[in-house]
Amino acid sequence: MNAPLRRVGVVVLVLFALLFLNLNYRQVVMADAYRTDSHNARVQATEYERPRGKIADAKGTVLADAQSTGDSLKFLRTYPLRDEYAHVLGYKPVNLGSTSLEKLNNDFLIGTSDKQAADRIAGMFTGKEPAGGNVLLTLSKATQDTAYQALGANKLKVKSGAVVAMDPNTGALLAEVSLPSYDPNLLSTHDINAAAANYKTLNGDPAKPLLNRAVSEIYPPGSTFKIITSAAAMTADSSLTPDSIVPGGEFYKPPQVSDFQIKNSHTGVCPDQITMKQALTVSCNTVFARMGVERVGADKLKSMAQAFGFESEPRLVEDQDHNYCGIVASHTGSMTAGSDNRVDPPAVAQSSIGQREVKMSPLQGAMIAATVANDGKQMRPYVVDRLQNSDLSIADHTEPKTLRTPITADVAHELQDMMFSVVSADDGTGKSARISGLQVGGKTGTAQDGEEAQDHGWFIGFALKDGKPVVSVAVFLENAGKGGSAEAARIGGLVMKAYADEKGIR
Amino acid sequence: MGGGAGVSAPARPRTRRNVELGLLVFVIAILTVYAAVVEGNAIGEVTSDFWFQTAMIAIIFGVAHVAVRFLAPYADPVILPAVALINGIGVAFLRRLDLAGTKAVDRAGLSVFGGDGFRQLGWTAVAVIGAVVLLAVVRDHRSLSRYAYTLGLAGIVLVLIPAVLPARYSAINGAKLWIKLPGFTIQPGEFAKICLLVFFAYYLVRKREVLSLASKRFLGIDFPRGRDLGPVVGVWLMSLMVLVFEKDLGTSLMYFGLFVVTLYVATERVSWLIIGLGLFLGGAFLAYFLGKTIGGPFLNFSERATTWLDPFGDANNKGYQLVQSLLGLGTGGLTGTGPGAGQPTKVPEVRTDFIFSGLGEEIGLFGLTALLVVYVLLVERGLRAAINVRDSFGKLFAGGLAFTVGLQVFVIVGGISQLIPLTGQTTPFLSAGGSSLVANWLLIGLLLRISDAGRRPAGGPPAIGLGGISTGGGGGAPVQIKEMPTEVVR
Repeated sequence: MNAPLRRVGVVVLVLFALLFLNLNYRQVVMADAYRTDSHNARVQATEYERPRGKIADAKGTVLADAQSTGDSLKFLRTYPLRDEYAHVLGYKPVNLGSTSLEKLNNDFLIGTSDKQAADRIAGMFTGKEPAGGNVLLTLSKATQDTAYQALGANKLKVKSGAVVAMDPNTGALLAEVSLPSYDPNLLSTHDINAAAANYKTLNGDPAKPLLNRAVSEIYPPGSTFKIITSAAAMTADSSLTPDSIVPGGEFYKPPQVSDFQIKNSHTGVCPDQITMKQALTVSCNTVFARMGVERVGADKLKSMAQAFGFESEPRLVEDQDHNYCGIVASHTGSMTAGSDNRVDPPAVAQSSIGQREVKMSPLQGAMIAATVANDGKQMRPYVVDRLQNSDLSIADHTEPKTLRTPITADVAHELQDMMFSVVSADDGTGKSARISGLQVGGKTGTAQDGEEAQDHGWFIGFALKDGKPVVSVAVFLENAGKGGSAEAARIGGLVMKAYADEKGIR
Repeated sequence: MGGGAGVSAPARPRTRRNVELGLLVFVIAILTVYAAVVEGNAIGEVTSDFWFQTAMIAIIFGVAHVAVRFLAPYADPVILPAVALINGIGVAFLRRLDLAGTKAVDRAGLSVFGGDGFRQLGWTAVAVIGAVVLLAVVRDHRSLSRYAYTLGLAGIVLVLIPAVLPARYSAINGAKLWIKLPGFTIQPGEFAKICLLVFFAYYLVRKREVLSLASKRFLGIDFPRGRDLGPVVGVWLMSLMVLVFEKDLGTSLMYFGLFVVTLYVATERVSWLIIGLGLFLGGAFLAYFLGKTIGGPFLNFSERATTWLDPFGDANNKGYQLVQSLLGLGTGGLTGTGPGAGQPTKVPEVRTDFIFSGLGEEIGLFGLTALLVVYVLLVERGLRAAINVRDSFGKLFAGGLAFTVGLQVFVIVGGISQLIPLTGQTTPFLSAGGSSLVANWLLIGLLLRISDAGRRPAGGPPAIGLGGISTGGGGGAPVQIKEMPTEVVR
């Protein structure tokens, strides 16, 4: 009987080996999936055991706070300024997924980030409870407030739109507003059933308040894209200056095309011979359509757009690895026709004035203006300025990074000159953006959005003081209709003025 | 102690009792550190009476050790410390769960004389005393075979009582395994397995010639004659009844597995294992199929199987227990959160069936592996005792006892980690509950007795007697026991 007893011993070893292997699978392979599973109540309880770190703007205004509750989830995430910062901050609900900065900085906010390891080890000796760190943003209160209020109170009563303001010197975001917005407190509530119902309502709202129109949506840029067309033309031919005479006219027909023509938005503003600067000031479609087809061509137009950031997501410095902020790339489209993909002159003509398949996000618009203002150097955008430990020491801060240099300083100065004229000239389309004491440049855009819908209104621009860049802005009014671009320019001026005033630069 | 016979023995085996003592001291050291870490993590400070439970455990096992010195001096020195470690961790973990059930501010003042931790400590004392009394009364394991039929009948009655009792006297969480009395409940199945094992071992030793010799060869495997299949089919039917009427796959698997393995050991025929496995799997599939189609008494089983295949499919209802168990294990990961630092109360039934996943969250894969190794050590030492002992009954009995522990650990740990369908089994020596603890300690007492018999020098007297049932030595003429299987095999 000893032989079978020994074999039973082997069988037991095999059974325990199976247990061991299975536990390896459960506790090592599946560990992360189980740890973060939505049914795992431990994660929640631990996260809510101590106050989540605050999110504050450049001046320390608290934008996301932790409120003591006294129930089993001890701290409630609150957003004191409600709708105004909803899109840029994101939200941190109990059961639903978190978004944007709340998601990106989650580890730091709850105190488990690698950057806080030293803090935690020190805490083990001093007996101090580990605590969440704070996230300090680059956003400027005055700029954000003005952007939020001015966009919300636009004279055209447009319900949806976006504003992005940034510092051209660094790429730091100063304001990021998307309308319509929502109150993130509705989602962070500890009443998880109410949170789920609120999410369902917001998600089903036809106005789509959850969409971040500032960075996650792209729209036809219209005439604002003429900056790119001009940059491509002047880079390709250095003899072309703002004062060069270029052919204009009421109509433009690309060569060898009979059934297609580009018109201007108004008759009488665009003579047959016109300077570059004046063409941009009054926004001559015929000049830039012809320039795109006959001087620049599809390839150079596309490559200049790419040099300014089209076709790649302008991810935030701190969000480079994840893109939790949901930033999308802008596109130029194909500009070709037929099955053999040959360049289609009408497509190039339309694309040169920011129509057809060209699509741009407001963030990208602000970056184009910032690049021109910053003498051709494009800075990578960022919104998290510093990560602050619970003892208020600084754990990390974001260094501005140069992203690309799409144009030379000379071309940048020529473009500045032309864009100043858009705002300063009496017949300029962007004159409502003027700010006394600052040199303001910009470009408006009225973009067709299909046959049925009203046109979008755009303004991208910048303000300089003594030749030094101060602020750049992009304002977008969705389906604003007639007068949309002028209203966008007015809002853009207010936003830039608010920042300059806050800084005492004017 | 040593009689005249011992003098002439060339190399008298050492008793190894000091090894046992050393291992026990080591176990107590581990338990002390564990208790201190639990308090440090769960309370934030180590209170002045953190040592109380461990000290009680030390006293209990100190007494057990001294008793073994007198009653079974040649017993295997690893068995007692191995069980002491598992039992001690169980008590400490239940105390830790008591702390978790107390508000954080009141934890430091939580009395050590209350809660599940203290109750388990009490049951440990009762169980160890039971095992010592068993050692004192049963001086020779072979004497048990005299009561084989009585114990067998008692086993069947114990198994069937919960099945015939109305559900309100026997069902907890859908499984009818208990006898509910005012104040406490008994799980008779835990005791039944030992009784049945005595009968299996006795019966198979008597029938082994018939069972192993007469056979038909088919596909290269020797199959037994039809009429010899009777008892196997009988036990199979009984385990199926347990499955269907007590709604418990685990207990059913336990009984049947036990019988098949002792049958295999007795006959040395692999065909029994194949037949047994085939019958069990066939029965389980049939029950699953019937549960899916006609439902009724089979529904519970098919639901369990569905949950096993996809626990996350119904994570908040039927799959809740298993899902929470898996999440606990996963949260623990490789190293665990540390004793006292996890949240094991998130796992339902963490005091009983799911204690292993509760522990897994805090001691991680490393800790669980260590526990599994201790269990393996226990089982393999039990099988070693079976190999060492000289009589067939002892071999079968000890082999069955050791395998029982291994199988039960496999069934429950496999269940809570989704390796096999989940069944309501206690984890031996860990889970809260008197029945399980007492029955398993009686089992350990018997293993100690048999290992003592196996390692005792041939011809030497059994341990000094306090009276009771004894064969061999003793004052008067040797008592001849009728039909007692005492032939010596290699």
